Amino acid sequence: MLSIKNLYVSVEGKEILKGINLEVKPGEVHAIMGPNGSGKSTLANVLAGKEEYEITSGEVTYFNEDLLEKAPEKRAKEGIFLSFQYPVEIPGVPMVNFLKTAVNEHRKNKGEKELKAGEFLKLMREKMDLVEMHTQLTNRSVNEGFSGGEKKKNEIFQMALLEPKLAILDETDSGLDIDALKTVAHGVNALKTSENATIVVTHYQRLLDYIVPDFVHVLYNGKIVKSAGKELAFELEEKGYDWIKKENGN
Amino acid sequence: MSVLVEKADLSLKYTGHYNNVKELLFKNSSEVLNAQRNKAIQDFVLQGIPTRKNEAYKYTNLQPQFFPEFKFIHQKENVEADLNVIFRCDVPQLSTHLNLFFNGWYYDKNRETANLPEGVIFESLEKMAKNKPEIFQEYYSKLAKTGDDPLVALNTAYAKDGYFLYVPKNIIVEKPIQLINLLQAQNDTFATQRNLIIIEPGASVQLIICDHTLNLNQYLSNSVTEIFVSENANLDYYTLQNQHNNATSLNSVFIQQERDSNVTTHTSSLHGGLIRNNLKIILNGENATANMFGMSFIDRKQHVDNFTQITHAKPHCQSNQVYKNVLDHESTGVFSGQIHVIRDAQKTNAFQKNNNLLLTDKATMQTKPQLIIDADDVKCSHGATVGQIDEEALFYLRARGIDEDKARLMMMNAFAHEVVQEIKVKALRDRIDDLVEKRLNGEVARCHECAYNCEC
Repeated sequence: MLSIKNLYVSVEGKEILKGINLEVKPGEVHAIMGPNGSGKSTLANVLAGKEEYEITSGEVTYFNEDLLEKAPEKRAKEGIFLSFQYPVEIPGVPMVNFLKTAVNEHRKNKGEKELKAGEFLKLMREKMDLVEMHTQLTNRSVNEGFSGGEKKKNEIFQMALLEPKLAILDETDSGLDIDALKTVAHGVNALKTSENATIVVTHYQRLLDYIVPDFVHVLYNGKIVKSAGKELAFELEEKGYDWIKKENGN
Repeated sequence: MSVLVEKADLSLKYTGHYNNVKELLFKNSSEVLNAQRNKAIQDFVLQGIPTRKNEAYKYTNLQPQFFPEFKFIHQKENVEADLNVIFRCDVPQLSTHLNLFFNGWYYDKNRETANLPEGVIFESLEKMAKNKPEIFQEYYSKLAKTGDDPLVALNTAYAKDGYFLYVPKNIIVEKPIQLINLLQAQNDTFATQRNLIIIEPGASVQLIICDHTLNLNQYLSNSVTEIFVSENANLDYYTLQNQHNNATSLNSVFIQQERDSNVTTHTSSLHGGLIRNNLKIILNGENATANMFGMSFIDRKQHVDNFTQITHAKPHCQSNQVYKNVLDHESTGVFSGQIHVIRDAQKTNAFQKNNNLLLTDKATMQTKPQLIIDADDVKCSHGATVGQIDEEALFYLRARGIDEDKARLMMMNAFAHEVVQEIKVKALRDRIDDLVEKRLNGEVARCHECAYNCEC
């Protein structure tokens, strides 16, 4: 469903991604690991359509269509979901309005009828249980006053509502205690089907104990320097990123 | 012609007019009102129509607004149609004592006053100034001083009518009193409205003031309202300004609060060519609280200037100001907020915030906080921001499938939300929410669907 070919990306003239190649098929879970500053979040943001990045060469197709020319909202409606590393607080935008608008935009795109307030609340309650979201959170403004863990749960909660085809989880585990981590991972696993795919971007191996990847890629200095099965994650955990750095002459 | 002569000429136009219509102005008017006129017009001449040289009007040049050849209405017009039938406020669930005003004048066939609690007076100012001269002697022109502001001077010289509201001791007016100011004339018109509100100890009242224009003529409306809030009394004072691009709306509101009183003012400027709101509050007794909220949504070449002065004259008082503006196209906004803590007004809490959202590079905002603190044990804070829509938040919304335009709208709504939520009358809050959304959507926020078929 997703094919990245020789992707080069710069930010303010500085080259961050230097020739990324990646193929993701339905049902697969890919982990992208790497030390800080290797370009992991850049890759996640580029896929979601953040505008400050300059694509200098390469291509990305999603279901055989050029992804890079599409607006972020278009990508989202076609099934790409980015779980943000740092979800933004938006005071004054009530959670319920935000979620209802997002869900209905997705439905409109699929030619489905928009949900009325009552129907939406019912759907919301179902999905809330999945990640143990509390009503006191959904009664607030988007992410306003949420703890770090609550923000990450909220991301997965949104994912549950929007049912993406391709979920990109950007450092969803960072800053979570073990209970929150388990809840989040449980949510992600429960949403897994043979039709959708997940890209887990993470610095730590810990999350991969709970969300088991089919493939692990190591991103270093803007390039994927190693790809293997889940065992690579354990190897990384054991040897540390210095191993990668040494192998790549740095 | 030199600028100076032109300026003098412009003021002279208004003083000349005063001399021409003097007889009409004095006719049918209370002696209390008439007693102020000559001094008022002299004070006006001395100060002139404000230009940018006047510190208080530094960012709002009023001279061009006074150029047009306006018609004046110095006598009550005979309104043949029944406005109660023609004009209905269509805000759902908004149950109020509704009163209409026509070009600044009290409309005689207002019906809703009959249902007010016993002792509450809501009436024509012209009439009440004659019926209760002793009250007017005590209160009229006591807060709005002609020597301090040319707009007040001009208003006092021309003042004939408006409303008088009196709420007796311990009376709580449950339903809000709503005033609808309609401007409609065949010609470009200069309207003058003068109001006086007296709220006795322990009394409580909510006022909703809606300013509307009913056709596209040029209007200049110069209104002055003096409000006395006694001990332990409450006033909520909502203003909804929804006129058109050829309308100039000059509003001066003066409030004096005694001890333990609570006042909330809330101004929503949704549409108008030039709006200047002067709001001056004196906290004249201990433990008085004043909340002042304001928001504006302007576009094209519209201009909104909120000018506030809060005087903490006694200890242990609180004041809180939150003003927000959203400016599109080439519109210009001003916020000047002065907090003055008088000597010995210890334990004062004074807070002020002004946030502005510029939607284009051409829109401009001037914000000017001014703190004068002559006491030593006070808490005062002020903050002002001028910025654009938060791009990170915008991306977050878009990444969830919400179109950019809609996401922007949500963000702008969110920006205003802090001020909108301070409206305690739910039906009004819902309506303003709705108007704000329409306004931000680029639709003209029409408040009413009156049979006037207005194309403004």
